[in-house]
Amino acid sequence: MKNSLIILTFFVLGVVLGLNEKLPDLMMQTDFSMYALYVLMFLVGIGIGADKNSWSVLKTMKIKVFLVPLGVIAGTFIGTALASLLLPDLKLKEVLAVGAGFGYYSLSSLFITQLSGEMLGVTALLSNILREILTLLATPLLVQYFGKLAGIASGGATSMDTTLPVITRYSGKEWSIISVFSGVVLTLLVPFLVTFILKFC
Amino acid sequence: MTIVLLLMLAGIIAGFSISRYPQLLKLNDKLTSAAIYALLFLLGISVGLNKTIIQNLDKIGVQAIIITLGAVSGSVLALWVLYRFFFKPEKSNGGRNEK
Repeated sequence: MKNSLIILTFFVLGVVLGLNEKLPDLMMQTDFSMYALYVLMFLVGIGIGADKNSWSVLKTMKIKVFLVPLGVIAGTFIGTALASLLLPDLKLKEVLAVGAGFGYYSLSSLFITQLSGEMLGVTALLSNILREILTLLATPLLVQYFGKLAGIASGGATSMDTTLPVITRYSGKEWSIISVFSGVVLTLLVPFLVTFILKFC
Repeated sequence: MTIVLLLMLAGIIAGFSISRYPQLLKLNDKLTSAAIYALLFLLGISVGLNKTIIQNLDKIGVQAIIITLGAVSGSVLALWVLYRFFFKPEKSNGGRNEK
C-alpha cells in the first residue's frame, strides 16, 4: 500500500509537470522509457533469480498447486472477457492484456504503454493498482464466502509480497506458501502473457 | 519486446549467482524501486503531455474499475471451485482451522 502510494505520487508528479509543459526540451523530445524498461527488467530478473525463498518453495510443492496460478489466469481471462462486453471502446485483446497484469501494475503498465500506447498504459496502471487495493480491503470478506484461496485469487501477482500479509492473516499461515508460489508464477508470466496477447491475438 | 524478455532471463541467471551476497541484493532492491519510480514518472510526463488522455481520464478510470471487478470476481470464483474440489481440508477436524 505504501509502495503503491509512492509510485502513484511519482506518476502524478509526472502528469503535473507534463500538463504545465515546464520541462527541459531534452525530456520532451527523447523517449528514455524504453531504455529504462530494459534496465528495470534486468533488475527484476536479478531479484527473481536471487530470491532463494521462491525457488525453495517450488521444491516442496505438490503438483496440484500449479492449479492455483492456472485458476487465477483462467478466471481473470474469463472475467475480463465478460467485462469487455461492457466496454465497447476497447478491443477484447486490450481488456485481456490489462487483466494479464494480475495486479503487477508497474511492469504491466510499462509494457502495455510500449506495445499499445499511453492510453491503455494508464488503464493498466489504474486497473492493476485497484486490484491490489481491492485485495487488501476485501480479503477478509472474500475468504469468508469463497474459501481460503479467495485472497490469493484476488491478489494475483501481488500475493507473493504486498498482499501476502493480509492473505496470511485471514486464510492462515498454512496458505502462505501457496500464496507466494502463485504470486511468483504470475509475476514471471506477466511480461510474456501481456506481450503475447497484444502481439499475436 | 523480445529484448526485454531476454534481459529478464539474463537477470534471473545473474541473480542465481549473486544470491549469496545480501548487500548486493539490497542494492538491487533499491535500484529496482528507483527504476520503477523513474519509469512511472516518465509515463506520468507523457500522459500529462497527451491531451487525449487528460480529457478522457474519467472514462479511463471507469474502464479500469470494470476490468478490475471482472478480473477479481473471475479469479475468486475460479479458485472457489478449485478450493472445493482439491484444497478443502478433510471434515475430520470439524471444519475448523487450527492455527
